[in-house]
Amino acid sequence: MSVATIIEKCRADNRAALIGYLPVGFPSVEGSISAMKVLVESGVDIIEIGVPYSDPVMDGPVIQDAAVRALAAGVHLTDIFTAAHEVSAAGAGALVMTYWNPVLRYGVERFAADLAAAGGAGLITPDLIPDEAGDWIAAADAHDLDKVFLVAPSSTPERLEAVTSQCRGFVYATAVMGVTGARASVGEAADALVSRTREHTDLPVCVGLGVSTGDQAAQVGRYADGVIVGSALVRCLTEADSDEQGLEALGALARELADGVRRGRS
Amino acid sequence: MTTTSNVPAYGRFGGFGGRYVPEALIPALEQLEEVWRKAVVDPEFVGELERLQRTYTGRPSIITEVPRFAEHCGGARVILKREDLNHTGSHKINNVLGQALLTKRMGKTRVIAETGAGQHGVATATAAALLGLECVVYMGRKDTERQALNVARMRLLGAEVVAVDNGSKTLKDAVNEAFRDWVANVETTHYVLGTVTGPHPFPEMVRDFHRVIGVEARQQVLDLVGRLPDAVLACVGGGSNAMGIFHRFIDDRSVRLIGFEAGGEGVESGKHAARFSAGIPGVLHGAFTYVMQDEDGQTVESHSVSAGLDYPSVGPEHAHLLESGRAEYRPISDVEAMEAFSLLSRTEGILPAIESAHALAGAMKVGRELGPDAVLLVNLSGRGDKDVHTAAEWFGLIGDDGSPRLPEDDGAKGMGEQQ
Repeated sequence: MSVATIIEKCRADNRAALIGYLPVGFPSVEGSISAMKVLVESGVDIIEIGVPYSDPVMDGPVIQDAAVRALAAGVHLTDIFTAAHEVSAAGAGALVMTYWNPVLRYGVERFAADLAAAGGAGLITPDLIPDEAGDWIAAADAHDLDKVFLVAPSSTPERLEAVTSQCRGFVYATAVMGVTGARASVGEAADALVSRTREHTDLPVCVGLGVSTGDQAAQVGRYADGVIVGSALVRCLTEADSDEQGLEALGALARELADGVRRGRS
Repeated sequence: MTTTSNVPAYGRFGGFGGRYVPEALIPALEQLEEVWRKAVVDPEFVGELERLQRTYTGRPSIITEVPRFAEHCGGARVILKREDLNHTGSHKINNVLGQALLTKRMGKTRVIAETGAGQHGVATATAAALLGLECVVYMGRKDTERQALNVARMRLLGAEVVAVDNGSKTLKDAVNEAFRDWVANVETTHYVLGTVTGPHPFPEMVRDFHRVIGVEARQQVLDLVGRLPDAVLACVGGGSNAMGIFHRFIDDRSVRLIGFEAGGEGVESGKHAARFSAGIPGVLHGAFTYVMQDEDGQTVESHSVSAGLDYPSVGPEHAHLLESGRAEYRPISDVEAMEAFSLLSRTEGILPAIESAHALAGAMKVGRELGPDAVLLVNLSGRGDKDVHTAAEWFGLIGDDGSPRLPEDDGAKGMGEQQ
């Protein structure tokens, strides 16, 4: 099922959807799945299940650190299928966020088939532009999966048209020029980018990069169809003294963000 | 198994290449391609680049025949293309001057670069000083330690050097960090990528800025020996010096093109950078090419005595030359490279960069295979001044504390006794 359905339902409730990112495998595969379930219980609508990768050029220090530690702890690509199954069973949308090489190595068609079988909704691909995604687009269409590509403040109208025309699920608007990580303010570039993107598509437009507090979620949720939070959630786990404390902090932040998207438009 | 079946040919060498980067960078790559394609047909740009090559780099670089070294190459004639004599000590300046001029044309004021051995970083810092650009160079922590002298050179030239502590702390991690900087600062900043990989148009553009190496060398060899060489040899890290000397010879079907990768401690040991021996096609740093990776698609760390060849991926055009059969690639071990390093130094009075020593070791093998009638053209891509410390340690000429070890000291072997 496309995550667009979930976002539509949130829109009917007059709020933005809340989308939370966590990498699979940190602090362990089981621990990361427990953390994803905590997010779902705390009001997160869609989980971005991150694939830890050795060379994450779009990620800032927090997510890099979690990826290094997850890989050192022995996470494997196939663990995301387990996570997708569990997240989906818990009642949230399960999107996988991955750099392209792990999918390429696994086999694009095989990956799509296994992800669909596990209950995954589709992929967010930070280093794959539609121009290079012929095989993925074909496999996603064959297996009824979402294709979430990114747009950026630097995107020209031509690029917005080219990218949004190949998306399914939603369009991922990166709020700032830069890598993942919490920022003091999300800035006006995001609002403008969402407006420019809407000129090219009727798909939901969700905003990520830099959101870390309930107030920011409320603010972004006023103009975006979904608010994406990553590093701030990951930090709850990487900076915790124990797994229990990490889950506690994670739940508290998720509830604050969930409250933010609910009061944003009221 | 690859994705090459239904991708467009745009920016591709056969099935290799492409543009696997965040969308945020696409406008900058489009702008770069447009400005570059216009510049290379603009007499003003071409004239300025040629003037700098002549009056600043010192082009054309000479060729040197090395008969005493050639005695160890099966008696084949061995001719070196002396890119080591360029200003800044390697071929890297060819590409950097071109990209620095393009940076000015794009109205950008800041350049960033990655560097492994430090040669590309030094060249970029040099061009930035010459043209008044702000310069930041990313370098893996491990490389800053084994190439400390080049770090000092870059800082003396006014560049900021950032030591990268992520991952393997070598070249690939420096590239990651440069990409992160570029995404955040692309409006004011040009990424002077130092080799023939990365997203389109870098592989083609960097090759073209280095193509002058082969253009000059082909004519110089014709003038010297009256015929084309039997083989052109070069070391291959990312592969820019090799593409630079190979490209003019691609249509000369009688000329073998042979690239030498870092075999490290041996391909079977797993500690190497022999992408064409142990890598498989995949995506790294924006290009679809050969990548050393595990079953999950995670990049595997490379190893080499040479920082400049210590990279788990390789330029996509090399992947195409391999698969099309036009070029061949072989690993050279650390031991073989250091033996060639010592040999050229002692027989010809030329200290090669350890990177280039891999091509010299290749000449020793290929010369023995082809025999005394053969003519080999070897790209001496850089000089070995930066490697004196590494070589002195390798040959036991200095102690662990850096103090000199003289022949009467217990344990000092000296280069003559090395096998």
